[in-house]
Amino acid sequence: MSEPHRVKVVAAPPALAIETSGLTKRYRRVTALSECSMVVPEGRICALIGPNGAGKTTLLRMLAGLAAPTAGTASVLGGTPRQDPAFLADIGFLAQEMPLYRRMSAADHIKIGAHLNSRWDGESARARLLGLDIPLGRAVGTLSGGQRAQVALALTLAKKPRVLLLDEPVAALDPLARRHFLGTLTSAVAETDGALTVVLSSHLIADIERVCDYLILLTRSQVQLAGDIEDLLAEHKVLIGPKKDTGALAATHTVVHTTTTARQSTLLVRVGGPLIDPAYEAADISLEELVLGYMGASAAPAYAGLTTVAEG
Amino acid sequence: MIGFRVDGRSGVPPYLQIVQQVRQALRMGVLGVGDQLPTVREVVAAVAVNPNTVLKAYRDLEREGLVEARAGQGTFVLARPAGPPPGTHSRLGRSLARWVHEARSAGLDDESIESLLRVTLQAGGSTGFLGEGIA
Repeated sequence: MSEPHRVKVVAAPPALAIETSGLTKRYRRVTALSECSMVVPEGRICALIGPNGAGKTTLLRMLAGLAAPTAGTASVLGGTPRQDPAFLADIGFLAQEMPLYRRMSAADHIKIGAHLNSRWDGESARARLLGLDIPLGRAVGTLSGGQRAQVALALTLAKKPRVLLLDEPVAALDPLARRHFLGTLTSAVAETDGALTVVLSSHLIADIERVCDYLILLTRSQVQLAGDIEDLLAEHKVLIGPKKDTGALAATHTVVHTTTTARQSTLLVRVGGPLIDPAYEAADISLEELVLGYMGASAAPAYAGLTTVAEG
Repeated sequence: MIGFRVDGRSGVPPYLQIVQQVRQALRMGVLGVGDQLPTVREVVAAVAVNPNTVLKAYRDLEREGLVEARAGQGTFVLARPAGPPPGTHSRLGRSLARWVHEARSAGLDDESIESLLRVTLQAGGSTGFLGEGIA
């Protein structure tokens, strides 16, 4: 057999923009995030996926220095997240509710930003918004939801952040506004030539598929899956075959999730070696199947003994 | 200059969609030797995909010898993809049409034909693969 066509480019391991180890957040009796250990390499657009209440907002807020961990450590661009201008200068954080003053215009916001930030590129924000035909002089409260989101993003980008944390930025937008918002985001990443790392939480797999190249999946306050999306897809397969004991299969592969009907089993496996059992038909996995498989796997066991989760 | 479409639901990875669209444009003559491909920033702004996706697609095309990246200028078409001589497509198309007719006569609907084709392609064209896996 000839060598596979695709050659893996061997390069020095990329610098890490974000690294957490055992990161935990408890609110009284509720554990919002438990033992989260993961890395995000520099220059990635990382999707943060998980059901509501899985701890996505808590994780983003801790990375932004807005909440202190109960245990464990986080490092963002080599520093510990904290409310300190030196740390915050490199961090852009856009909360779900997009903090804007409704009576003020985009131009006003841009001017204020210049006073509040040591590094501020108001000109780029103005150019970005003009390019999108967003009126700079009108009160932000009179703009459409999509336009307001663009103003909030343009302001966050004007800080010239090196890490951008976005909490469900497109959840409330219609498909066209979403596409435009993501276009602004990906353009900003392209302009920095790999110096900007983005983490964005979202439920929209189709958006994630086109925009993100890295994935962190949280369920019930724990990391289930983290890594390069392409690698994760290559490492997993869907096996369809007769309903039978999967013991032999599980010796080589990790069976993540099983769906069984009277006659047939559909298995999501993390491949640990060659797939040789001819009883199974192996198919490539889509991102949606991968995400749903892991969510389903984690939802299956009884909740007994596990604390419930509140989003911070 | 060509524009790209990226379908997030097609099941084909976005970078591969771009590679396929460039190859297709080259085969159809929409792109010729010496033409410039859109820059990464242009593609990203137009279709909202990850910049690394476009870079990866262009690197793949470069490895195939179809395009070349010129420092500071952009990516340019070097060659058309090697392909069968003219007429091959239409000849194969005619024999496929005969086969489709035979399949329909045997009672297969379009969906069955498509899944049969897909399974055969996935099996690398070898015969005798069709097992119980297919409902």
